[in-house]
Amino acid sequence: MDFSLGEDRRMLADSLQRFLADKAPFAVRKTAAFEGAGWSRTIWGELAELGAIGALFDESVGGFGGSPFDVAVVFGEIGRALLTGPWLAALQAGHVLAAAGRTDDLAALIDGSRVIGYAEDEADSWFDPAAITTRATASGDGWVLDGAKTVVAFAGSVDRLVVVARAEAGLSTFLVERDAPGLTIRDYLLVDGGSAGDVTFAATPAILVGEAGGAGPVIEESRALGLIALTWEGVAVMDALRDQTLDYLRTRKQFGIPIGKFQALQHRMATVALEIEQARSAAINAADRFAGTRVERERAASAAKATIGKAGSLIAEEAIQMHGGIGMTWELALSHYAKRLVMIGHELGDEDYHLARYIELGHELADAEV
Amino acid sequence: MDLTFTPEEEAFRDEVRTFLAEKLPSRLSDKIRKGQHLTKAEQEEWHAILNARGWLANHWPVEWGGTGWTVMQRFIFETETALVHAPRVLPFGLSMIGPVLLKYGSEEQKRHWLPRILDGSDWWCQGYSEPGAGSDLASLKTSAVRDGDHYVVNGQKTWTTMAQFANMMFCLVRTSNEGKRQEGISFLLIDMTTPGIEVRPIKLLSGDHEVNEVFFTDVRVPVGNLVGEENRGWTYAKYLLTYERTNIAGVGASMAAFGELQEIARTQRRNGKPLAEDPQFAARLARLEIDLENMKTTNLRVLVAAGAGAAPVAESSMLKIRGTEIRQAIDDLMRRAAGTHARPWIPESFEGGWNGEPVGPEWAGPVSTQYFNDRKLSIFGGSNEVQREIITKAILEL
Repeated sequence: MDFSLGEDRRMLADSLQRFLADKAPFAVRKTAAFEGAGWSRTIWGELAELGAIGALFDESVGGFGGSPFDVAVVFGEIGRALLTGPWLAALQAGHVLAAAGRTDDLAALIDGSRVIGYAEDEADSWFDPAAITTRATASGDGWVLDGAKTVVAFAGSVDRLVVVARAEAGLSTFLVERDAPGLTIRDYLLVDGGSAGDVTFAATPAILVGEAGGAGPVIEESRALGLIALTWEGVAVMDALRDQTLDYLRTRKQFGIPIGKFQALQHRMATVALEIEQARSAAINAADRFAGTRVERERAASAAKATIGKAGSLIAEEAIQMHGGIGMTWELALSHYAKRLVMIGHELGDEDYHLARYIELGHELADAEV
Repeated sequence: MDLTFTPEEEAFRDEVRTFLAEKLPSRLSDKIRKGQHLTKAEQEEWHAILNARGWLANHWPVEWGGTGWTVMQRFIFETETALVHAPRVLPFGLSMIGPVLLKYGSEEQKRHWLPRILDGSDWWCQGYSEPGAGSDLASLKTSAVRDGDHYVVNGQKTWTTMAQFANMMFCLVRTSNEGKRQEGISFLLIDMTTPGIEVRPIKLLSGDHEVNEVFFTDVRVPVGNLVGEENRGWTYAKYLLTYERTNIAGVGASMAAFGELQEIARTQRRNGKPLAEDPQFAARLARLEIDLENMKTTNLRVLVAAGAGAAPVAESSMLKIRGTEIRQAIDDLMRRAAGTHARPWIPESFEGGWNGEPVGPEWAGPVSTQYFNDRKLSIFGGSNEVQREIITKAILEL
């Protein structure tokens, strides 16, 4: 048994960490995340050169990584630096493209030249692909889409979108150019920085990716990878919040002593530290079970997301509370880490959704055993 | 990153399973599964079975009759034995006084006492807590005054687990009131048959008799029963904090208990459908299962670090806190699953050989006593608040 990430991944992590500390320190990030589209395409390109996007994909499809633990490393560094950008979309859209053998499109994603978003969630779908209503209709040689997606990450500033839509045959995935006719985007910033958009399609031309009606398994797998990414990002954000809070507890004095000497705070911090280690274990489990059966994979992913959701609220709230008034300020890095951690809870399904899903998958497991 | 056992570890697990299938008497495992009490003879029987295989002192060095197992082997053994409801190995001799003697005892003490732990000649109990010294153990007052070749011990210990069965006690006593409180404590081995010792039972809220008060009146203990040096006992007692805590989270036992709970949730019906389909109960069950799965991995991470030479004191404290919380949560759900049948109390049913008619499902009989009895888990072995102090100092450095 071995819980180290290995030398190659350690080197990748170090190089990403050095680059981000240099190019996107917090003072830069704090402004950049709330200006324009809320991310830097320059940094995106440079990280692509460093291999950060390629690390998300297997060698067989033109990447140089692709293990869930490679995903873990990249998203861990994204979390540590609180980096904004369409990273999660790249992972999910790229996985769909890879599964369909569209290696040219994937190559343009990996080298940074074409940025691809991922549009799945709808206003009424509440994280559940079965409730997707965006319609895909065959039209001549191609397809057209009609419908609407909501909170599509960085929709207004990516080059193309992978869109999940319902064809007559069932759930399918499509590639759509952002400037395609009939596509409109309402852009907005996000609470934790970066941007997203509501995307509407009106007879928008689209290229079918994979088989019509056969996308169910690949979008589920793609989401599982996304959940792994978010849990590792979340744990990195938790680590940062813990370290910043401990620093504060050691230096901030009230009643003549550092506030970290007060047992009321010490014991709560001990709980925070414990919950972070449990969350890290959940993240490890999710990455490890990705190679298992569908139910194993999905249960571990949902378990991890539910864990991160529950622990994330606690840790974000405690970090702000222990900082007192200063924890409420925009100025402090801490408050931005706290916002990110809570908002991770709202991506790809929240705690309650994944707890319910975990239960449902448990019934499937029990039925399979009978 | 590799979360699998090595082929050697897999083979070892098979060996343990085979051994348990052949050697664990169902008489004993049935009692454990039903939450019944083991007699002294039954507990000794299980120790003897393990000792015959050379597996009793699984964390002692080979030269003293231990197994020389890795931490992972120990974890596998502890998990597998718990999963089949084997009795636990009592810690007092094997995991407490044994390691202290191995580290700090004289050659003569080791040669005398260690074999007696293995062959069951001695049943040890732990004389640490006193009425005024619980979490603040260093405030203990039981005194030992040197008189020729003896110490004369006066005072009182309490919460002494299974003292009613024990013939020996390892005991922290005050030999000095000078300087820091911790520097006046010595570690004595006391024969429980010495005149002046009185053991009185403490009846627990669950009705169980597990713990006792032990009174000492002019009890004469040979100086040869002093471990290490006088006034250094605190160091020896603390050593146990860094030793043999691979099983502190009780993951195997919790896995076994959770398996029972799942089975109950599938079969017990509420409002016409299985409990597992009751949304409230299912959510509680799922949260618990997720926490347990996370705990397993946390435990393995600590073991791997320990195997690589780290002394994970504060990590062990995390395991203790969350491990006991999980176990208590399982007990809590068992009690809830029983509904109104959690209420009847039939103490005879907790003893072997009871043939009475259970009220409600058989499994419901002990759930409430188990729930109340296991409140101890977060209190003993260093209360969970004391564990948080350890985390505060050792990890958080506050």
